[in-house]
Amino acid sequence: MSACTTTTSEAPAAPQAVPVNWQGAERASPVTLSARAADHIARFLAKRGKGIGIRLGVRTSGCSGMAYKLEFADGPNPEDIEFISHGVKVLVDPKSLPYLSGTELDYAREGLNEGFKFNNPNVKDACGCGESFNV
Amino acid sequence: MALLQIAEPGESDAPHEHRLAVGIDLGTTNSLVATVRSGMSLVLNDERGRSLLPSIVRYAGGGEIEVGYAAQAHQASDPRNTVVSAKRFMGRGRKDIAHVEMLPYDFIDAEGMVKLKTAQGVKSPVEVSAEILRALRIRAEASLGGELTGAVITVPAYFDDAQRQATKDAARLAGLNVLRLLNEPTAAAIAYGLDNGAEGVYAVFDLGGGTFDISILRLSKGVFEVMATGGDSALGGDDFDHRVFCWIIEQAGLAPLSPQDVRLLQVRAREAKEYLSQHSEAPITVKLGSGEYVDVTLTTDIFTEITRTLVQKTLVPSRKALRDAGLTAEDIKGVVMVGGSTRMPQIQHAVGEFFRQEPLNNLDPDKVVALGAAIQANLLAGNRAAGDDWLLLDVIPLSLGLETMGGLVEKVIPRNSTIPIARAQEFTTYKDGQTALAVHVVQGERELVSDCRSLARFELRGIPPMVAGAARIRVTFQVDADGLLSVAARELTSGHEARIEVKPSYGLSDDEIAAMLKDSFSHASDDAFRRALREAQVEAQRLIEAVQSALKEDPELLSAAERSHVDNAIVRLQATIMGDDRRAIDQAMDTLSKGTDEFAARRMNKSVSKALSGKKIDQIGIDA
Repeated sequence: MSACTTTTSEAPAAPQAVPVNWQGAERASPVTLSARAADHIARFLAKRGKGIGIRLGVRTSGCSGMAYKLEFADGPNPEDIEFISHGVKVLVDPKSLPYLSGTELDYAREGLNEGFKFNNPNVKDACGCGESFNV
Repeated sequence: MALLQIAEPGESDAPHEHRLAVGIDLGTTNSLVATVRSGMSLVLNDERGRSLLPSIVRYAGGGEIEVGYAAQAHQASDPRNTVVSAKRFMGRGRKDIAHVEMLPYDFIDAEGMVKLKTAQGVKSPVEVSAEILRALRIRAEASLGGELTGAVITVPAYFDDAQRQATKDAARLAGLNVLRLLNEPTAAAIAYGLDNGAEGVYAVFDLGGGTFDISILRLSKGVFEVMATGGDSALGGDDFDHRVFCWIIEQAGLAPLSPQDVRLLQVRAREAKEYLSQHSEAPITVKLGSGEYVDVTLTTDIFTEITRTLVQKTLVPSRKALRDAGLTAEDIKGVVMVGGSTRMPQIQHAVGEFFRQEPLNNLDPDKVVALGAAIQANLLAGNRAAGDDWLLLDVIPLSLGLETMGGLVEKVIPRNSTIPIARAQEFTTYKDGQTALAVHVVQGERELVSDCRSLARFELRGIPPMVAGAARIRVTFQVDADGLLSVAARELTSGHEARIEVKPSYGLSDDEIAAMLKDSFSHASDDAFRRALREAQVEAQRLIEAVQSALKEDPELLSAAERSHVDNAIVRLQATIMGDDRRAIDQAMDTLSKGTDEFAARRMNKSVSKALSGKKIDQIGIDA
């Protein structure tokens, strides 16, 4: 396991405005996928053979307080908020949404490694490896 | 920012706790590493996009160790220090290696396994394999962005304990945590998802660069059982290349070639073969170092013709494996194709015709074993999706047991038991005052130790002196998930314990296993007879010893006439023990036993009166 060191940016970014009305937010689509991410998700879903889309969320854990959740979704939960991005269904639970508002999920390649990356403007500081974060 | 993968619903990992697991196909010619990423099994490439890592290690004079393509580049210029096909030497003695005199290495016949003298000192095949595994581990960790939780490494189904142990040792040396060793054909079957549904019998047809393996697997209740294996350790794609190479020389009427030209033509021959898998004609034009030009065209028809006997050679072991399993082609539910050479339409066609069905070939045959190993590794590392609560099991190929008196085998774990498994059995002492017990661990199906394979011996000492049969010794056989055996013996009253990890110095080949199995069937009645005879002999010997020790203790209880009567009965019984007439032994035992009944009664009276004499009636413990 990699060591978990907290790196705080020198000048903390101003907190992002969080939409108060989620119904209104749906139009603004506060959570989006990059074309590449959507493409990969669609492929993984097809290969998996089931699932309606993906679920994004945050959990309180990890050394900097919050951690991302990225899972296949087999069905919506009643309270879920749904977005469609590049044809892929994205589900977010209302509790997570404030922390994810404005986030774009990208698919990136770093050397030999590849995977999904949260570009989240709410993050004030993150642990060294970026797996957990603070808002 | 760490790169994340999509998890199954509810299975998101806590940060820094991803269980990264890989499957490794440690091949004779090439090795691969694969993983499951966002629910999909895929092979991890190197920084240049190549999936295969040639299983070649070079110990350069300068102290540098090169692995894979870098080592392959020096194969011709530095053959002594460039080790290819180390897998063939794993867990093998010098005499087990075919054509050892043809290999360019300086072999040292170390105990249990050969070693090779290189520019960097003596290296064992385990160390060579560890270099390959280390290169794959580093590739995997760079690809997955973290340390690995563990790896599943595949081995041929016919690998014995010594070869499996050597593979496991190599992995440990490479810094890998081995979750399990998995049989290669089983891994291929998993890659095709055969483990998820249909029960039945499957054939795995594996034609690689230099070896051919056929395995018959039976899947029932999530367990793959290897029913039969077979193959040809000197048949592979290289032989097809060679046929094309010879054809080119013949067609072009070439004079003896320089080594460079031979190498060049070999490469062209291989390219032509591969081209023909997609096309009907392969033009071959080469300018040789000698200045000569080669310009010929190889057609599918010619290729089929010149390689017909090679294709036929794969069917002979296939037929034999079916026969060993007691099956016909109709019983086979599916045929899995493994190895790059199965891409040849000629092979596809021959296999389809032989098994009377289209073989499964939609996965890359070079990668299928690694892909299956990755799926298994992902499960064993704990990354399970809902409904994946099964654990794939393997079985042990031959029964494990120990030697009992008279050279008989007491089977403790029967063959085809699923592993991991632990079985205990209680044994006792054979002689009065016996303080040590020799435990001889054997493997095989036959009834007599001499017909089975000896795996290990050890002694349990410190048994308190007791009369024969009073000691209780619990012997535990444990086979872990990789098929490796450890045996422990424990005397229950004193708690003395002795144990051994079985690391046999020499292995059994698949042919030997098959032969041992076949022997056990054909000798079944013979064996049963011999077992009964041995049991009678052991029983008779025990009776003689008991009588003799009693005679020594209480000689005064018998008159001279009675004594000679008993002595005669002993001599007669001893004579029958030498022979093989079980009934005669039984009769002589009966005579001796009856002839000493009176003696036994007198001894009993004597010991009772001895216990009672000089004691008042109330001192005798009748406090029940």
